[in-house]
Amino acid sequence: MKNLDVRVWRTAADASETGAYREYEVPRQESQTVLDVVSHIQRHLDASLAYRFACRVGMCGSCAMTVNGVARWTCRTHVAKVAANNRLEIGPLHNLPVIRDLVTDMRAFFDKWAKARGQFAGKRTRYDDFEPVSPVSAERVQVDAGIECIGCAVCYSACDVVSWNPDYLGPAALNRAWTLQQDVRDAAKSDRLRAVAGDAGCHACHTHMSCTERCPKQISPTAGIAGLKRAAAKAALKGEL
Amino acid sequence: MSARTQTLLWVAQRTSAAVLALCVVVHLGTIVYAVRGGLSGAEILSRTQGNTAWLAFYVVFVLAVAVHAPIGLRAVLSEWFAWRDASRDWALAAFAVFLAAFGLRAVVGLYA
Repeated sequence: MKNLDVRVWRTAADASETGAYREYEVPRQESQTVLDVVSHIQRHLDASLAYRFACRVGMCGSCAMTVNGVARWTCRTHVAKVAANNRLEIGPLHNLPVIRDLVTDMRAFFDKWAKARGQFAGKRTRYDDFEPVSPVSAERVQVDAGIECIGCAVCYSACDVVSWNPDYLGPAALNRAWTLQQDVRDAAKSDRLRAVAGDAGCHACHTHMSCTERCPKQISPTAGIAGLKRAAAKAALKGEL
Repeated sequence: MSARTQTLLWVAQRTSAAVLALCVVVHLGTIVYAVRGGLSGAEILSRTQGNTAWLAFYVVFVLAVAVHAPIGLRAVLSEWFAWRDASRDWALAAFAVFLAAFGLRAVVGLYA
């Protein structure tokens, strides 16, 4: 098989200078993933390349990068799917500060989950019985639709509103908030709705749906955000927000 | 500005958008109908002067614009020009008053 022409973003050794794409030639292999390509470069061509991965099977959300201009989970992205003319351009995710090469600082992303009250707040103690939740109830169906998020930040990287409004909580944090708002066991719904309403929250979403288009887990944060918009609007009109 | 006020602004923009969707269709439909045989000032005035239904429709139209446009500009100014402090909201409130005042002045001018 032919070799792949791969351009990889490298930060400059001097932090005051901007980085640049560096070119590598990587042997093309059957069933090769983009993460395989990056690993090949780091192990065989340039040991100084910094990148992040852990599980390699689409569970941990560590290996997201920008591949030919599109944010993707690299461990589950086959080269055959994305490498037009055997060319790949691999960069760090957008909308997050770059620590080095392909590694971004995810703090802002996860801090916003906390800001959106992304923690479950239970009503019961260990001495109470379990609260039954019917798997076919309307709320649980909504939770199921959004619960498989792996926190890869692909949606956050793809979101135009995040790039325009640094305070915007972003699709993942709002999706998390939505699943908790639909959790019948949760006791912090009013506080959470207040946390996700307004200019930095769900009402900033322009429904571009880039998050929904790019989510590797086929979640639709846009749908959850629309649900939050409606819930917050109702609460605001009733004077409960 | 509180989260509640920000949310109510969103509600106001969506509600005014729904009103405008109807108003724009009626407005454009009227234009297409009215210009069939040419257009003159006298012809327009003959339709609008003393026409209370026309007055009511365009008062609603103007007020919906005065609500809708400044809220939309608010997002544009914050996202594209990073103008996010209270001065932006005061400027837009003034812009809303400007749109309503001059719009209503025009409507009343064609009615009276």
